[in-house]
Amino acid sequence: MAVTLDPSEKDSGSKDEKKKHGHKQSVPELIFGDLWEYDPAPETADPRIRSRYDLFIGGRFVAPQAGECFASINPATEETVTEIALASAADVDSAYVAAQMAYETVWRNMPGRERGKYVYRIARLLQDRAREFAVAESIDGGKPIKESRDFDVPMAAAHFFYHAGWADKLAYVAPGRTVEPIGVVGQVIPWNFPLLMLAWKIAPAIAAGNCVVIKPAETTSATAMKFAELLQEAELPDGVVNIVTGGGETGAALTGHPAARKIAFTGSTEVGKRIMRQLSERGTRMTMELGGKAANIVFEDSPIDQAVEGVVHGIFFNQGHVCCAGSRLLVQESIAEPFIRKLQQRMESLRVGDPLDKNTDIGAINSREQLDRICELVESGVSEGAKLYQPSCSLPSRGYFFRPTLFTEVTQSHRIAREEIFGPVLSILTFRTMDEAIEKANNTMYGLSAGVWTDKGSRILRMAAELKAGVVWANTFNKFDPASPFGGYKESGFGREGGRQGLLDYVELS
Amino acid sequence: MSERIPVIKTPKVYVGGAFIRSESGRTFPVYDSGGQFVANVPQCTRKDVRNAVEAAAKAGPAWSARTPYNRGQIIYRLAEMLEARADEMTGVLRQFAPAWTSAAEQEVAETVDRLVHYAGWADKYEQVLGSANPVAAPFFNFTLTEPIGVVGIIASDSAPLLGLITQAAAAIVSGNTVVALASDSTPYPAITLGEMLATSDLPGGVVNIVTGYRKELIPTFATHTHIRGIDAVATGDDATALRLGAADSVKRVKVRQPDIDWSSVSNESVYEIRNFVDFKTVWHPIGA
Repeated sequence: MAVTLDPSEKDSGSKDEKKKHGHKQSVPELIFGDLWEYDPAPETADPRIRSRYDLFIGGRFVAPQAGECFASINPATEETVTEIALASAADVDSAYVAAQMAYETVWRNMPGRERGKYVYRIARLLQDRAREFAVAESIDGGKPIKESRDFDVPMAAAHFFYHAGWADKLAYVAPGRTVEPIGVVGQVIPWNFPLLMLAWKIAPAIAAGNCVVIKPAETTSATAMKFAELLQEAELPDGVVNIVTGGGETGAALTGHPAARKIAFTGSTEVGKRIMRQLSERGTRMTMELGGKAANIVFEDSPIDQAVEGVVHGIFFNQGHVCCAGSRLLVQESIAEPFIRKLQQRMESLRVGDPLDKNTDIGAINSREQLDRICELVESGVSEGAKLYQPSCSLPSRGYFFRPTLFTEVTQSHRIAREEIFGPVLSILTFRTMDEAIEKANNTMYGLSAGVWTDKGSRILRMAAELKAGVVWANTFNKFDPASPFGGYKESGFGREGGRQGLLDYVELS
Repeated sequence: MSERIPVIKTPKVYVGGAFIRSESGRTFPVYDSGGQFVANVPQCTRKDVRNAVEAAAKAGPAWSARTPYNRGQIIYRLAEMLEARADEMTGVLRQFAPAWTSAAEQEVAETVDRLVHYAGWADKYEQVLGSANPVAAPFFNFTLTEPIGVVGIIASDSAPLLGLITQAAAAIVSGNTVVALASDSTPYPAITLGEMLATSDLPGGVVNIVTGYRKELIPTFATHTHIRGIDAVATGDDATALRLGAADSVKRVKVRQPDIDWSSVSNESVYEIRNFVDFKTVWHPIGA
């Protein structure tokens, strides 16, 4: 039920319009509550997760030299999913040796059209086993199956398919210059989109002729190791992709390794800075995709119902574990009250629970540690004076879950308006004029993404120009595509992933 | 008739469109290649750098809001100013750099040509670097560049004019503004350059040049939050200090080796412009 404006009507702030919005309060509430029992609809495909995964080095699964491993936990049940090998610095070193060998003897010299076929194979094999990977992703990471099934896995396959086609067309990436691979690239990825981030990193790197040592996040390594099996099926030459697992220490060994010609990192701004310091002496090339605190800006002339959906999707997608999540809602004062009311109504109908249930909207928080961080920041919001709202939904009795949350009466100085929460928590601020919206939206050290909702084309273009963010979604939010460059301004990082611009960050020019 | 005593120019640095001395009042002497004293140039402080960054930040929005065509004309005008004063600049280079006249002449000529090269990019780089993106959904999706803001430059000793202009031109053509630390062994050509900038149409604050000691000022360049990128000729500890400080505010650092061949046309590239732009991707649904 979108609010459509008569094109002859004047735009912002007209009294007629306010009246119009005022009349729209009589939308019937959707009350599900306990009127009837919900019948669970679990996805039951076999995720084919092994009980233990070794490291993937030189095309083979090899046990870590120190023989250590750690448990990967299902955040929805707190049960162990699988045991993951803990890579030491020595293991990381052998991964780099394998990568360097593959680079020098096979991958660098392979014609692009042949290299591309391997990448196409990977895309196809991932499509073949999509459901299995989706279930594994949801079990290991806690995200709702509808997202892993409809977004993460197909998008991961799309990244391989897209970049495969670039392998023999690299001359078109940088007109006027000769393009060559960089060499061995070290990559570290986060736990929010484990397989998708792996695809974002590996696909452009190997398509451009580089070899890779990659470390998935400590809590979400299962699909990366399943992906290693898939690489074997694809018969990708040994050592082109090496996967080492572990926590911060493994990561530091990976990013600090002298054989790395480039480090590509996605994760928190804090760790990103640490890596930059670590590499300050060596001067290794880097791309950084770091945190965000995106403003989602709703003007009074926006299509309200679509905007409500966009705001909900913007912050509650993947439990809010999204670096570009629309975690600050800036809503024009004239419509704030009805808009927030609609938002709250919509939140009442969100289903929180079993990630494997096909109707679940919000799954499990990825780890105990992250849940604690969300709780701490939400408490700070309450103690600093913001007003908390949570729907009355029930939460499962075990596992790490958090109710979708919104805060009103937030000021710009509140921690919940400044710090990245990385959870299903929305902070709402209001504005009166476009300039005020721009000022508030840009008042952050981050600059990854932003959203704008308005019916006025020229306003969209001005906002898109003024917002200091690498991605601007206008009348939409959280959209991604392998052809669409993604990455941040300011302390959200540098370098892009996706598209021709992203590929250029994986080549050397001469 | 007694012989006329010449009037000696007091060197000042060009910051915010004005000629200033260091707030500290400090200076350091510069000598010509024969070891003769020439003048005292300002020994700028961290505070001077911060003031220059403020001037650059203030000039940024208006500079980047100019049309690319206009920025191109202004940079071209700068080339015209330098060509017209080529003799003066050649004299200065010859005075300080151990270079023959022909080398100094060549450096000035190449500097003019480099400015002409970058002037021409102003309304073209976007079509090379940006794109319309064929996404797999009904969205209009495009990527364009934006200047990152203030770029800090640590200039070359080997080509105190050509190096500085190569770095600065690539940064300002996209709408960035610049704070440059002139060569600390040969700062005087940058002082003269400031005088030429002032007579070009370049708005005050777009290019700010300070003179002083690298060791003293590099940490401020590295850690200043409003400097979003650094283009430095540096090695060893200087390079490490720049990268280390840059981590605090996640700024990008391009380090060039001192033996770089500034004459090479490989320094003329749209990818030099790319170093200091951000890419912005915009999505909009296609529909009724």
